Amino acid sequence: MPGGTRGPVPVPLESSNRNANVTQDVLDLLDTKQPLHTSEDFPSIPQPEIKAALDRLASRSMVVYETRDEEQVLLTGEAETIVEEGSHEWKVWEVVKREGKVGIKELPKLVGADSAKVGQGNAFKNKWIKKDGDSLVPVADEVKDTTRDILQGIQDTKTLSDAKLLTDLKKRKLVTLSKVISYTVSKGEKYAKEIPVEVTDLTAEMLASGEWESANFKPYNFNALGATQNSGALHPLNKVRAEFRTIFFNQGFVEMPTAHFVDSGFWNFDALFVPQQHPARDMQDTFFISDPPKADKPRPDPDTEAQLDAMEAGSRRLFASSAKRDTKSRDYEQYFQDIKKVHQDGAFGSIGYRYPWSEDECLRLVLRTHTTAVSTWVLHRLAEDPRPARYFSIDRVFRNETVDATHLAEFHQIEGVIADFGLTLGGLMRFLEDFFSKMGIEGLRFKPAYNPYTEPSMEIFGYHVGLGRWVEIGNSGMFRPEMLEPMGLPRDMRVYGFGLSLERPTMIKYGVSNIRELLGHRVDLEFIKTNPAVRLDKN
Amino acid sequence: MPTIAVDKAALFKALEREYTTEEFDELCFEFGIELDEDTSQSKKPEDLAQPPQLKIEIPANRYDMLCFEGIAMNLRVFLQKEKLPKWTLSPPPSGKLETLTIDEETSRVRPLCSGVILRNIKFTQERYDSFIALQDKLHQNLARQRTLVSIGTHDLDTVQGPFTYKALPPEEIEFIPLNQTKKMNGKQLMDFYEKDKHLGRYLHIIRDSPVYPVIYDSKRTVLSLPPIINGDHSKITLNTKNVLIEITALDKTKVEIVNHMLVAMFGGYAESIEPLNIVSPHNNESRESPDLTPRTMHAEVDYLNQVTGLEYSPEDIASLLERMGYTVSPSKSDKNILDVSVPITRADVLHQADIMEDFAIAYGFNKLPRVYPNKSAAVAAPLPINKLGDIVRFEAAASGWNEVMPLILCSHDENFAWLNRKDDGKTAIKLANPKTAEYQIVRTSLLPGLLKTLNSNKHHAVPIKVFEVSDVGFKDLTQERKTKNERHFAAAVMGKTSGFEQVHGLLDRTMLMLKSAFVTREEGLKNEKLEGYWIEELEDSTFLTGHSAAIKINIAGKHHTIGVFGILHPSVLHKFELPYPVSTVEINLEVFL
Repeated sequence: MPGGTRGPVPVPLESSNRNANVTQDVLDLLDTKQPLHTSEDFPSIPQPEIKAALDRLASRSMVVYETRDEEQVLLTGEAETIVEEGSHEWKVWEVVKREGKVGIKELPKLVGADSAKVGQGNAFKNKWIKKDGDSLVPVADEVKDTTRDILQGIQDTKTLSDAKLLTDLKKRKLVTLSKVISYTVSKGEKYAKEIPVEVTDLTAEMLASGEWESANFKPYNFNALGATQNSGALHPLNKVRAEFRTIFFNQGFVEMPTAHFVDSGFWNFDALFVPQQHPARDMQDTFFISDPPKADKPRPDPDTEAQLDAMEAGSRRLFASSAKRDTKSRDYEQYFQDIKKVHQDGAFGSIGYRYPWSEDECLRLVLRTHTTAVSTWVLHRLAEDPRPARYFSIDRVFRNETVDATHLAEFHQIEGVIADFGLTLGGLMRFLEDFFSKMGIEGLRFKPAYNPYTEPSMEIFGYHVGLGRWVEIGNSGMFRPEMLEPMGLPRDMRVYGFGLSLERPTMIKYGVSNIRELLGHRVDLEFIKTNPAVRLDKN
Repeated sequence: MPTIAVDKAALFKALEREYTTEEFDELCFEFGIELDEDTSQSKKPEDLAQPPQLKIEIPANRYDMLCFEGIAMNLRVFLQKEKLPKWTLSPPPSGKLETLTIDEETSRVRPLCSGVILRNIKFTQERYDSFIALQDKLHQNLARQRTLVSIGTHDLDTVQGPFTYKALPPEEIEFIPLNQTKKMNGKQLMDFYEKDKHLGRYLHIIRDSPVYPVIYDSKRTVLSLPPIINGDHSKITLNTKNVLIEITALDKTKVEIVNHMLVAMFGGYAESIEPLNIVSPHNNESRESPDLTPRTMHAEVDYLNQVTGLEYSPEDIASLLERMGYTVSPSKSDKNILDVSVPITRADVLHQADIMEDFAIAYGFNKLPRVYPNKSAAVAAPLPINKLGDIVRFEAAASGWNEVMPLILCSHDENFAWLNRKDDGKTAIKLANPKTAEYQIVRTSLLPGLLKTLNSNKHHAVPIKVFEVSDVGFKDLTQERKTKNERHFAAAVMGKTSGFEQVHGLLDRTMLMLKSAFVTREEGLKNEKLEGYWIEELEDSTFLTGHSAAIKINIAGKHHTIGVFGILHPSVLHKFELPYPVSTVEINLEVFL
């Protein structure tokens, strides 16, 4: 079923396409002359068009061709004039000979200023003319205009074999050199006088008709990209978040209920043994809430409780034993008073900070500055039935920072908490080594640090190959007894805490230098769409 | 964290050896301070102009390392070049202490005062500079910009005790402030320093008080007007022999910490440390100040060994702790107990946990045995709302939409006026102290962020399709924290045409994935038991009239309105500076939990 609307698309079809004509011209000429040289046989067709036509034919094995790089000597405008009218010196000699005698001041009027200037000197040097007072008179009767002859030769052959002369002419701005690409073309193994009709694609009709068997398929261009996919994309930060969540899940961590941006000073600071005069509680560092005005004192939260119960049901079923577990119900008022005491007077083996503790300050509402506020709540719940447990969260936190390339008022905190009996500091290091190795960071170093709610506190350093130095990649420690014991957790239960921001490792990993290019409304959608899948363990 | 610059050559001399930058960095790392910069490696002209300095970051609770003296001393002790000095008081030969009497009136503004006298101190230019710089560091950090504590230092030989600490109306206090020539009263002084870059920021501490704190000598010479400035009369110089230090405060604990720090850092340059007799009967604060007796604490050998994973004998623990400045002796009554004497420099030590950490530092954090805490298996679980949110995110992306992550905080206008919405005062969480108008409230809708994202991406070809799954916040007075988050899903499409059917299609797709069937409104209203969602035309000023709809759902026999979609009103486009039509959908995901 050749032709027609349903048939395969023949090539070439469009007669308006110059390319198509060139293609046909090449085939036609090859029929009688082989090999052909494009610079001679098609001098007027621009090189890119020739190339396109040859490629089209070569991809079908209809021709083979070789590329020739040649240097051509071309005349400048001045030189072309010389070829037409004669050299400057010839023009001078000619006029002097014709007139018999020419005043030097008259000369420019007769031959033009340029020829008069250059031609006079050369004509003297060639002994064609001489001075006679203020005038010029001829010496030679017959002269040979060599300059013009040489240039004429160059114009005809586009070459000049005398290298010294070539340099001289270039200096005199009479010729220029230029690269010319041309092709030597011969017949290919599938040469024919016409491009056969080709089909661009396999179609259902061709399958049905069996036409595919004899069809001549158009070659596929493997140098081009495929079709653009109409794809959506997940945000790079959330892709990194997904990787971290997988790491936590693999280690048996339960996700913490972090769905409240606002917390009280109590949960965000006081319960963490952060004194009320601590710089973190400054207006400069923390967003305080003006409306609503004030939190309630800590009290039961049945909804969140039920959520965690449901999440931990699996763990309880799996580790259920016949022995009855003692549970101790939480006394929120006692907790509140114990926190006050441990700050103001000292308690639980601590001398405390010894300052007048303010309930108002404690009940101020803040935008949580860390998700450790939620960890605190979860650990207090754990005191009801102290048992080994692991919790994590990745969620938004807020700081009243002045915004710059590395600081935003919002970022994501990754936090992990491990509670168990008899934990050691070296164990935390070992855990973190394993944790960070899953991101491809090996060989951690730990620096003693200060943090009001952990003791010991350790900054985690990893070696950054790209930067060639150790960089801080997170914080960690064991929660202070002043934080844990008021909750009612037993003295021998110890709790690791560690945290890092989601943005920082992402920025380091993907070479993003400005946090505003990663989080917030100024992020470029192109970055989101083209950011590769996140595989922290790779590269 | 404060950063302290110290002279490199002087510090290495004090440490009795030269260090390469790397070696010193390593020492800092092990001890828990941080070498920020070695200016000998700097090329900046201001660094080249002076002898090389080491800029060292000090943890915020180590007030005993805020000057050259403290850094040198603590590192020397750590390197076992010396034991931490013991500081003792020596009364004057006459036996009669200088007295400072505190007036009850001071309790109206700044009730506490402490002090000490350093006799026959030998200042050099370096020591003098360090002395001044330490006061500044203490004022900035521990003293919270002088609000809690402030220090005044005086040449004792220019004044005459006994001294009094009073609180008087500002007009009645007259003196020449430090480095000034003109006498002024308290009120004039406030005006005079109003524009002062350095002192201006402290004026607020007392400005509005009816009485200002002031310290006089027996001839009514003003020593200082705490916490603002000292008098010029009693200023210390390089030649000062006897220094009187007075420290006023709101905080009883911190005033003594500051006193201890000054004594511990600079007592070594003096012949004797002489206590001051503080008379303050009205608040039971009469005492001799300071008290330099080390604090005694108990530490359990078991605890120290267990947490570090070591098995050290009490004697070995004691010798390691000495490197951190403690004096330790195993208790005579209990083998498991160490009697730990905590020096006055270590105000940060509150609990045996702090001693345990110092034990670990002295041993070397990075040498501790690393044992995996695999005590028990655990069962992982995702938070249900996050799991749900992720499902919706994946489906939206799979439908060809791009996820964006704008900020939670936004301006009041973006959240209300620009969307043609009214603030009823009962909805939005408002911030008390934002630095810019960009952060006035917690968003109650995902739309402002999506529209701002479209605005920032105007240069891309349309249509642009974006979505977000994240939390918004609301006031909720039934909650302990008086607020709650709500997980929303929202999407916006900007193109040459409205894209209304695009957001509608995304809604249908999402509902299909959440197993909620489409029902017509009539069916939904007629049949209580029929679960599914339907849409109802809705007039909403955010949207073009007649082109918005409420999304209703019946789940378990309950009807909910979970969101709205429609073509944005051109006035909204105008506010967000969007050149093309935009359609949006936003739903609350919580009902699907």
